[in-house]
Amino acid sequence: MAMHHSVTLFKGDIVRQAMLAAMVKLKPRHQARNPVMFVVYIGSILTTVLWVQALWGHGEAPTWFIFWVALWLWFTVLFANFAEAMAEGRGRAQADTLRRARKDTTARKLTTPQRDAAPTLVPASSLRKGDFILCEAGDVIAADGEVLAGVASVDESAITGESAPVIREGGGDRSSVTGGTRVLSDWLVIQVGANPGETFLDRMIAMVEGARRQKTPNEIALNILLAGFTIVCLLATATLLPFSIYSAHSVNNALAAVGKSAGASPVSITILVALLVCLIPTTIGALLSAIGIAGMDRMIQANVIATSGRAVEAAGDVDVLLLDKTGTITLGNRQAVAFHPAGGVAEKDLADAAQLSSLADETPEGRSVVILAKNKFGMRQRQVDHLGASFVPFTAQTRMSGIDLRDRHIRKGADAAIEQYVQSLGGEFPAEIRSTADNISRSGGTPLVVADGARALGVIELKDIVKGGIRERFAELRSMGIKTVMVTGDNPLTAAAIAAEAGVDDFLAQATPETKLKLIREYQAGGRLVAMTGDGTNDAPALAQADVAVAMNSGTQAAKEAGNMVDLDSNPTKLIEVVETGKQLLMTRGALTTFSIANDVSKYFAILPVMFAPVYPQLGRLNIMDLDPHTAILSAVIFNALIIIALIPIALKGVTYRPRPANTLLWNNILIYGLGGLIVPFIGIKAIDMILNTVRF
Amino acid sequence: MTPNAWLQMALLIGTALLLVKPVGIYMARVYENQPVPGLGKVLGPVERGIYRVCGVSAQHQQNWKRYTVALLLFNLLGFMAVYFIQKWQGWLPLNPTHMSAVAPSALALNTAASFITNTNWQNYAGETTMSYCTQMTALTVQNFLSAATGLTVLVAFVRGLARKTTTELGSFWVDLTRSVLYILLPFSLALAAILIWQGVPQTLGKYPTVHVVQPFHQAGAPTTAASTTIATQTIAIGPVASQEAIKELGTNGGGFFNANSAHPFENPTGLTNFLEELAILLLPLAFCYTFGRMVGDARQGWAVLAAMVVLLLALMIPCVIAEQAGNPLLAHYCDQKPSVLQAGGNMVGKEARFGPVNSGIFAAVATGTSTGAVNSMLDSFTPLGGLCPLWLMQLSEVAPGGVGSGLYGMLMFVLITVFIAGLMIGRTPEYLGKKIEAFEMKMASIAILIPPSLVLVGTAMACVTAAGLAGIANPGAHGFSEILYAMTSQANNNGSAFAGLNGDSTFYNVIGALLMLAARFWTIIPTMAIAGSLAGKKIIPAGSGTLSTYSPLFVFILLAIIVVVIALTFFPALALGPIVEQLQMMTGRW
Repeated sequence: MAMHHSVTLFKGDIVRQAMLAAMVKLKPRHQARNPVMFVVYIGSILTTVLWVQALWGHGEAPTWFIFWVALWLWFTVLFANFAEAMAEGRGRAQADTLRRARKDTTARKLTTPQRDAAPTLVPASSLRKGDFILCEAGDVIAADGEVLAGVASVDESAITGESAPVIREGGGDRSSVTGGTRVLSDWLVIQVGANPGETFLDRMIAMVEGARRQKTPNEIALNILLAGFTIVCLLATATLLPFSIYSAHSVNNALAAVGKSAGASPVSITILVALLVCLIPTTIGALLSAIGIAGMDRMIQANVIATSGRAVEAAGDVDVLLLDKTGTITLGNRQAVAFHPAGGVAEKDLADAAQLSSLADETPEGRSVVILAKNKFGMRQRQVDHLGASFVPFTAQTRMSGIDLRDRHIRKGADAAIEQYVQSLGGEFPAEIRSTADNISRSGGTPLVVADGARALGVIELKDIVKGGIRERFAELRSMGIKTVMVTGDNPLTAAAIAAEAGVDDFLAQATPETKLKLIREYQAGGRLVAMTGDGTNDAPALAQADVAVAMNSGTQAAKEAGNMVDLDSNPTKLIEVVETGKQLLMTRGALTTFSIANDVSKYFAILPVMFAPVYPQLGRLNIMDLDPHTAILSAVIFNALIIIALIPIALKGVTYRPRPANTLLWNNILIYGLGGLIVPFIGIKAIDMILNTVRF
Repeated sequence: MTPNAWLQMALLIGTALLLVKPVGIYMARVYENQPVPGLGKVLGPVERGIYRVCGVSAQHQQNWKRYTVALLLFNLLGFMAVYFIQKWQGWLPLNPTHMSAVAPSALALNTAASFITNTNWQNYAGETTMSYCTQMTALTVQNFLSAATGLTVLVAFVRGLARKTTTELGSFWVDLTRSVLYILLPFSLALAAILIWQGVPQTLGKYPTVHVVQPFHQAGAPTTAASTTIATQTIAIGPVASQEAIKELGTNGGGFFNANSAHPFENPTGLTNFLEELAILLLPLAFCYTFGRMVGDARQGWAVLAAMVVLLLALMIPCVIAEQAGNPLLAHYCDQKPSVLQAGGNMVGKEARFGPVNSGIFAAVATGTSTGAVNSMLDSFTPLGGLCPLWLMQLSEVAPGGVGSGLYGMLMFVLITVFIAGLMIGRTPEYLGKKIEAFEMKMASIAILIPPSLVLVGTAMACVTAAGLAGIANPGAHGFSEILYAMTSQANNNGSAFAGLNGDSTFYNVIGALLMLAARFWTIIPTMAIAGSLAGKKIIPAGSGTLSTYSPLFVFILLAIIVVVIALTFFPALALGPIVEQLQMMTGRW
């Protein structure tokens, strides 16, 4: 299901749809959900009414002025709607891509749960709960369900990580199959367990579309702050009417006292509305919901589906990452890296025996032994059947695997197992081999001892290969204040060695689902937020406990239900990206809030001198931008509207994020969005004012 | 600015800062219920006796609701006591000057609201209205208790930050008792003793009548045309020093006399002036250290302190400069330059013993804290000089604000700053390990919103009603400044009077009382709610991904937010008042 769905920022049809949606969103009920934009909405209606009044000749300000202010206030509302619609449109495009991908799978539907019933080929999405499907060798099982008939080997490696196929058959506790797994041999008749649209993934696609989007806790908190700020601005502007009535009155009285005609008049409502809209944090207010939607959207671009915006937010707060060793820190499997022959044995002989014993061993470790022998001594792979040999598979009882040739019985396995085997045949297990094995264990490797009959030949050293670049990644995380913990089933000795090599902060060795859960609870009790990945059913309790739990799409249903995100690529390293996306979401909100608030400074200087000029011409001295009195207020209103459009790309893409310590990040963002927010409007308003005057507005 | 101005400011702020740590440590011991060195032996039995009489357990703990309810009931009791003592003072003892009941009732109401809210707005003249009994048992007692109330809220809030996963914030009764007993009483006693030494009266005797050195004729009313000879003068005295000490130390500001600290019996010398300024700054600044110590990180306290001092100086310095510069319109008529013979500058309405420098400093100190005491006529300041104290109050009294209230007010701004700055580093905001979420934002927004809203609405009402306009002494922009100043002072629980506005009318008395009560308790309740919510939270350990709330950068952002969110909100209103006055003065045209 790996796919890439990056949608270009301004795609034609999304933009067209968004423009349409922006108009539809003018419904009062929709506007009322956003306190800041609701004030602008009311202001637009009010100025429009004032304009109509002015057309009838009762204008409280020049008609053209009221018209242009009203028009640009409507634009401000529409731009905000457009930003939200853009984000939603992009989300919908992602969701459609996801849906199409699911429809691609086909299933053989049966009328009755029998092997010989006539199958019809149907899309997986049309399957309903209770339907019967037939899966034959090579098929991907189309849905979660119960096996009713048949026995088959199923490759569930994607779920369990075990490469050995498992047997699935009707009845008993081996009857459950998971969608996305593959039948390797034979056939199964399965009864489908969940309707499409009700599965976990489907529910999440609905989330992505924004249809069921709820405000996240942090978004609510920010909304409250912005609403509070809006109320202050509302009071500060509304009270200017009585203030200016008083001022105009007293100036007129003074003029009358010296025999001059009254010339001072209070501030007009249009100007007060314009000032109010410029002062309230419209920039962040307009973009707030777009930022939230876009955050989830960015997760999807990383092929991660979050069950809620809350989960995305929490990801930004995570300070402990539990990372599975295999697949995340190390390459999938251990690999043979060296042969350590016992005294009197040539390395080549050991390699030869090792290769022979591994020829039929399909595990990645086995393959790596064959390859190492080939690389080191040019030994070509020999076909097991040509040698007339029989393969001895690994069993839990013997804890060895190997090969029986005519007169040779080669075995490889853990040192204890081989020691027992050699001694049972009357051989002697050299102390030298034991010490070599111990040394390998201590350095983080896994020793495999090879014996030919009663004679121990030497040791194969298997090692975890730490992924390239992962150490640097962990160092970055550390600088961000995130602690990495490696979780592994290895013994503490091995785990410590790998942990040191990979540069993780801590490790949990001999991990079981119980110890994992306990570890998470311990960190949480210490006030930390824990993120983890998991796939197996036995991970479910830990996933449910973790604050951010990314389930692998290849994992079991239980794991997916317990987690709050699903990684469609089933790539555990993605956890780091998830954390970064969460941080980016919060940072985008913070940066635009800062920008929005910093903008206010310039707007006071643009509007106040003109606003009070009819009362106190002396205040014209505050016109430090030297704006034209006719266009100054309009310039500020236009800037206020256009900045929303200009910042849509930042809202949708998020601010640039680099892993840095908190203080460095803060400095960067304060410089860009704080100082920028202070300076940009001075330049912008002045530029708009100059343009308006150039076109002889 | 003159070298003298720099020296005076450096001496005051420097001395105050030197005292921050020792006094801060001392207060931390008091509130962490540790034995208090020295005083503990003497006052310990008194403290235990009070608990025994009141039936309070020293170990008792209250959750935020119980703590707040206790506080509100206690203040209600205080309100009634102040009101009725005023009303009954004619029958009560200690009334050698035979003052009758305070009339009208609206004035008694305003005064009661004023003194329980630590505002000390005075629509009356003390020496002609209040008996010694009222001054001592109603007003001075509330000077102690209102300051102690501020301290209890603050200490409960700090405990909310310092404690984790608990509902317990301490006991209001214990905190109140210890605040008065170990902090306010001993410091006031020491200060009162010095004031008495410097000449401040402390007596229960009646007003003496003395013969004037040179009797003079006073013209009678124009109709009678008869003149009277004035040969004697009645001098108002009383238990002044005891009230004066707590007036400054508790950032109360309500003077024994109408002229407040400009009166030679309240503030006789340069030394008392310095000590009064120091006493005003002492507790609000020192508690920053107490706060840092109680949350286990002194740097947090220093950071908040730095923000307070920067704000204070940012408006104190221009105030002193404006007053020392004098009035440019008078440049041709008189010499305003400082010299060995005169202080120079704008001397209108100023005491000769203080001059423009110490008047400006005192004005800034008394308005930066919520004291509101004055040693000069603010109405006669230059427009810019008057704007500075006005703006200091409009910052919601956080630079450094009143005893207790200043720091918890500042911490509200800190929470807002943490929220915005926290987002910018990509984490759900947290302060001292406590997550700041929707509930805290809601309550902090209310607490921050209340004072400016009250100022604006109050001023707007006064501007357009006949009753409001009736109180104005000067027309035009200055009249607007007077109204704005009066509303600002009451709605921020400061009590500083610009004068010029006649506040003793039913309109101003009632509006003022409502503003003062709302400003005080509608900020205390949300503050306590946050304290309760924070106390219940876990403490997230700090790491390199945590926002540092003590870095200079953070202090800078905190200041920027206070300026943009609150200070600039008043910019349009200020433009119609002091700013346009200043421009009129500079251009010489109104």
